[in-house]
Amino acid sequence: MALNTIWVYVEQLDGKPTTLSLELLTKARSLGAGSIEAIVGGDASGIASTLGAYGAAKVLATGDLGGKLPGVAVASAMAAAIAGGDVPDLVLFGQTYEARDVAARLSVKIDKTVLTNNNDISVDGDGVSVTTAIFGGNTLVTTKFTAGSPALAMFRPKNFAAEEGGAAAGELVALAVPDLGAAGGATVTATHVEEHTGPKLDEADIVVSGGRGLGEAEKYSMIEELAKLLKGAPGASRAIVDAGWVPYSYQVGQTGKVVKPNVYIAAGISGATQHMVGMKGAKNIIAINKDKEAPIFSVADLGIVGDVHKVLPKLIEALKAR
Amino acid sequence: MNVVVCVKQIPDPATPGALDPSTNTLKREGKLILDDSDAYGVEMALQLVTAAGGGEVSLVSMAPNGETSGLRTALAMGAAKAVLVSDPDLKGSDALTTAKALAKAIERVGDADLVIAGTESTDGYTGTVPEQIAELLGRPSITFAKHVEISGTTVKVQRQTELGYDEVECSLPAVISVTAGVVEPRYPSFKGIMAAKSKPVDTVTAADLGVTPAGWAAAGQEIVSVGAAEARAAGEVIEDDGEGFAKIVSFLETLKVV
Repeated sequence: MALNTIWVYVEQLDGKPTTLSLELLTKARSLGAGSIEAIVGGDASGIASTLGAYGAAKVLATGDLGGKLPGVAVASAMAAAIAGGDVPDLVLFGQTYEARDVAARLSVKIDKTVLTNNNDISVDGDGVSVTTAIFGGNTLVTTKFTAGSPALAMFRPKNFAAEEGGAAAGELVALAVPDLGAAGGATVTATHVEEHTGPKLDEADIVVSGGRGLGEAEKYSMIEELAKLLKGAPGASRAIVDAGWVPYSYQVGQTGKVVKPNVYIAAGISGATQHMVGMKGAKNIIAINKDKEAPIFSVADLGIVGDVHKVLPKLIEALKAR
Repeated sequence: MNVVVCVKQIPDPATPGALDPSTNTLKREGKLILDDSDAYGVEMALQLVTAAGGGEVSLVSMAPNGETSGLRTALAMGAAKAVLVSDPDLKGSDALTTAKALAKAIERVGDADLVIAGTESTDGYTGTVPEQIAELLGRPSITFAKHVEISGTTVKVQRQTELGYDEVECSLPAVISVTAGVVEPRYPSFKGIMAAKSKPVDTVTAADLGVTPAGWAAAGQEIVSVGAAEARAAGEVIEDDGEGFAKIVSFLETLKVV
């Protein structure tokens, strides 16, 4: 017996589905389900053709949420559909700020567990199993859902390719949001876009991250400068995010972002397991650290045992001179 | 203003983690410490209560074996009291069951204007518990707060987004999760550490809270395999002799990224 229906929670950025949403749709197509349906918190009229091309036969959209945070609104709409008899076997979410809220609220509403931080999924008959990496990415744990439909699972970015399947636009279906009561009270009053000149951290081809070895917050500018020269994105270890040098959005690691760039440069980062799980999937890793025993060197393709305050300025100089 | 902070006591992250071979769940034995991620919530709560000019900070936590050493750290920072859920039947609980126990513990504290949690724990990092607690309590929630202020009966938050941040607000009572670095956690003073020893910790079981322990077997999931990930081969490691940068440049050249 195969799965009947898979729901994929789709997020939008600048009026387009996010790459992670398209990765999940593409993966859903390979799982042999009868039907794939996209769930959109917001207006989906502009993206139905793209979602269809990536495999969504239907696009269930709430319409404009009027500034409400999507978590409770979308979860309530999904739970109402499920209560009405429209029960998917599986719901796929990206591991994002928004989707975490939706999945968590939904898990309570339908009293089902949600498995997070996954990097793979397999379907055997109507059994669904997901795999997550733990202990710095050294150990893979595969877990099977055992409580019936729907199985709720969240996935890290860049584990699946995003490829069009060539189908027609998804059929738009209204997903009604029930009255949310007091729980629906959180409202967005303003949106601030921080200036990013380069690519997004989890989509960049090159990532340059700094850690405690930089010594002080001001020295992080070297990381930003090097990232800019390489047309990459700057990242950070948890230690310097905790210290308040850079915002949480810069954090690479188990808590934070998982990145899989072509080149990852770790400067002044020792390589705690917390950090390694977030960057071990990079194709090429360059590490600069004073301590030759630092664990980061065990995964580096090129390791420089040296002082970041000496190596980075020379590296920046050399790249500028080109 | 009364604030309840959800705190987790975890094995020291500096020591390598291990799985219990019989259940394949994380081993959480022996001395546990306050999760660094939760120190921000405790500090935030203390600052908000001080700014409000009255009220107190309470803690809720769930841990095996009646473990309180991490709770004492948060009490030493200035929290007034704690409810600790500790019950062998809760061992191996999933995030949803954990949220159910903590939500009941928050109700046991009573009268919380605001509930604060970290965004995710350092050891399990499921990252769903704060929002699940909000749903169980029927309250509005704002996750990933990087700045928090209270204005009357409204909580105003700068919420981290993919592109920057949103200003989000909702009425109290509410639940928020705070990111690392949102405030600078204070170090417990000697006086605080001494005072913490006599602060009340109400230790309760699942039955005391009216929660049905799901335990691992009933959590709707079963671990079917645990295996080693493909290891990365170590590459070339060289001492910087002043020309280390040139090695990096030539490596980048071979990768055709410069």
